[in-house]
Amino acid sequence: MSMKVATRQVDGVTILDLSGRITLGEGSVTLRDAVHDIVAKGQKHILLNLENISYIDSSGIGELVSAFTSVKNSGGELKLLNLTKKVHDLLQITKLYTVFDIWDSEASAVSAFK
Amino acid sequence: MPDSTTSRASFTLASSIESVDKVEQTAEEFAARAGFDEDTGSNIAMAVREAAVNAVLHGNAYNPAKQITATFEANSDALIVRITDQGPGLDPNTVPDPLAPENILRGSGRGIFLIRAFMDEVHFRQLHPGTELTLIKHRAPAQPPA
Repeated sequence: MSMKVATRQVDGVTILDLSGRITLGEGSVTLRDAVHDIVAKGQKHILLNLENISYIDSSGIGELVSAFTSVKNSGGELKLLNLTKKVHDLLQITKLYTVFDIWDSEASAVSAFK
Repeated sequence: MPDSTTSRASFTLASSIESVDKVEQTAEEFAARAGFDEDTGSNIAMAVREAAVNAVLHGNAYNPAKQITATFEANSDALIVRITDQGPGLDPNTVPDPLAPENILRGSGRGIFLIRAFMDEVHFRQLHPGTELTLIKHRAPAQPPA
């Protein structure tokens, strides 16, 4: 199963609802392209909803990190929403949990963008 | 109840993402057959996937003339997976620590770390050319009867 992205706007925040697998190949490229397109449009506040991400590998983790730095370097902010236990555990053991700004409530995450 | 007999499977595969998916799926099946719980089986499958990605991407560099092999053995003691490539060879000591502050924001370089995190033993062997990774997950010791 590849990854799918649906994009919506809530109070000036671009929310990407991701589903499927973020793995080497199609999943990673889909995420990279989606974030690149949003940044290219000048949107600065990006929230990745990972609720329906069933699986992520090291390439997918790398893609999340690259998205984070890419958005930050363009003067924006990227936050993560609704991690599954699997993704949560992977970010913990790779010490990335404290690098990302992670939320489990969409309303709170949207409010947290300044 | 896990199967206590030895099961084996061996594949020679193209250097492709489809091969990585097949190796991962086989690892998950072997882990389940060996009696590992779902979480452990999922972690084993991820470690094996990362080893296959290394072989296809970093070892063989998607070269269609090169192949990877994957062998699986589940016995009464452990699940043992071997992945080989035909690449230039990999010295694991040269792989940067992905947890080091200067590497934490790198977009790659976490595969071997995850393999080591999820398996009990990881061995690298140089094949000249190529690299063989052996991944071992021991079964939990049997509980003595009450």
